[in-house]
Amino acid sequence: MSDAIIRLTGITREYQMGTECVRALRGVDLAIARNEYVAIMGPSGSGKSTMMNMLGCLDTPSGGEYWLNGQEVSRLVDDDLARIRNREIGFVFQTFNLLPRASALANVELPLVYAGVPTKERHRRAEAALTRVGLGDRMDHRPNELSGGQRQRVAIARALVNEPSILLADEPTGNLDSATSVEIMRVFQSLHEQGQTVILVTHEPDIAEHAHRVIVLRDGMVESDVRNAHPVRTTVAAA
Amino acid sequence: MPFFEAVRLALSSIRAQKLKSFFSLVGVLIGVTFLIAVVSIVQGMNVYMTDKFAGALIGVNTFQVRHRPNIQTGDSNEELRRQYQRNPRVTIEDAEYLKDRMKTPVRIAATGNDAVTLTWNGKSAPQIQVNTVEAEFFAIKHYDIAEGRAFSAQEVNVGAAVVVLGSELGERLFDGRDPLGQTIGIGGLPHRVIGVVAKQGTIFGISMDKFVITPLTSPARRLVNRPHVIDDIQIQATNPDQMRAAMEEATILMRGRRGLRPGEPDNFYIQSAEGALSGWDKISKVLFMALPGLVAISLVVGGIVIMNIMLMAVTERTREIGIRKALGAKRADIMAQFVVESATLSVTGAVLGIVTGILLAFTVRAFTPLPAAVAPWSIGVGVGLGILVGMVAGVYPARQASKLDPIEALRQE
Repeated sequence: MSDAIIRLTGITREYQMGTECVRALRGVDLAIARNEYVAIMGPSGSGKSTMMNMLGCLDTPSGGEYWLNGQEVSRLVDDDLARIRNREIGFVFQTFNLLPRASALANVELPLVYAGVPTKERHRRAEAALTRVGLGDRMDHRPNELSGGQRQRVAIARALVNEPSILLADEPTGNLDSATSVEIMRVFQSLHEQGQTVILVTHEPDIAEHAHRVIVLRDGMVESDVRNAHPVRTTVAAA
Repeated sequence: MPFFEAVRLALSSIRAQKLKSFFSLVGVLIGVTFLIAVVSIVQGMNVYMTDKFAGALIGVNTFQVRHRPNIQTGDSNEELRRQYQRNPRVTIEDAEYLKDRMKTPVRIAATGNDAVTLTWNGKSAPQIQVNTVEAEFFAIKHYDIAEGRAFSAQEVNVGAAVVVLGSELGERLFDGRDPLGQTIGIGGLPHRVIGVVAKQGTIFGISMDKFVITPLTSPARRLVNRPHVIDDIQIQATNPDQMRAAMEEATILMRGRRGLRPGEPDNFYIQSAEGALSGWDKISKVLFMALPGLVAISLVVGGIVIMNIMLMAVTERTREIGIRKALGAKRADIMAQFVVESATLSVTGAVLGIVTGILLAFTVRAFTPLPAAVAPWSIGVGVGLGILVGMVAGVYPARQASKLDPIEALRQE
């Protein structure tokens, strides 16, 4: 698999909780290719969150190697990880995590600010990203003036604006009703069709069914890793 | 993150919480208000003392040769007073001696003065200052004549019984009648009014217009001094440098005339505005020395308040910090955001302080005779201190913020 954008070998992660040593990941080997649509599943305590933090470069492993888009990121420290997060990863969170006092446009611009993109270019790219998720007419609205689905679209636009290697979504529909969930899943599907690598972290099987590959974690190890021959397709054409 | 971005962010945070922000910058506001107001007022006092006080009482570029000082502002003790009492009186001949010999270009006028009762048409004004002077006195004092004329050197030579009035007497004594041509009694001796001096105003609330001027040789001179004796030789040079030269020259000439040997102290007193201002100089130096202390106390308090507010802000905005870090903010970005926010807060306080300080200075100017003038450098210092206090106060909270773990921070509700 020469085109692997993510390659994990023997990843372990241990936490010291008081006197107890919690082994959240116990040796994970995994490769994800460019333009894959992957769901990572598992019950709580399976190491799913740790895995998500690891893939998102918010955390580093205790052991093993993590190669992301041709760089080894498992031994990086704080500021270097920040740079990787900025350039390689687009986060979509369950609770949206938008800045409440900033407009949709300003929220989407945020990663570009930290990437040092000049103001004009920033506006242009943020506007393009918002238009891409169908919010071209809501750019000046603040998060509290938007519906849940619209907020999550803003978050997706923010995740995409730096053209990251992977889109990493953590329970992206967890706070949405089922109709809105379908709408958001359609956005992911469309992004995947346009060539984006998408990783969903979820515990909901019906969400995971949208992905083309489902990885199940249990007790800090990969329990199963199967191709989904018939991923769910939302029937209405994507925006 | 670019600097401008950080300032914009800071301003929007301040706007979002106006009242809290205001309370947090009150300390800096008061400190800077104090700085601006005190500097303006002290500088106003300086201008007032040099221009009005010394200028009006003694005269610009002017000094006086006297037997003892009559304006006491500096140190004084019994020993010095006795010494002045022993000094021989200055005479008309001393004045003539200086006029004949001084090479520095100067105006010289021999003058005497005393408080005498004036009478007109049955009315009397007690304790009015009578100046017996030579004609040059008008030029030295820069007196403008509002009505009539001043007297001439000729009239001084012949001892004419004429008088020029200060404006207050011109207005008050004559029941609204034109003072020119009236005859007033100076200690009972009749003098004809030939002019009125333009209004001089007040110093420390004391009128500078209650005086009369007669020739040095007028009949009234008998009431002021014994024959030949005068109170001052007024000497005016053309500029401050010339004045210093003239003071030296006058001292040397007087010592020569009095036969003083080297090492012997002067037995006369040279009085100048500089000397008269030495007391005020001491006061303003003390004020300027105390000022930094007072300002520093309010700024330290202001800084601590800001630091607390920023620590609270870091706690309240943990999640925001987490989001920013997840999206790629480096430690330095978070640091910069909070330091700039803190500095912006503090500078806002400083700017408000400058405004209230200037208002205070103008209020003082409106209600007192002090020409309180805002010193541009104090505005610069105010803004500078604002930036400094904000940055120092912001560093610790900003470090706390920058060290947050993004995973922990994102978990925060």
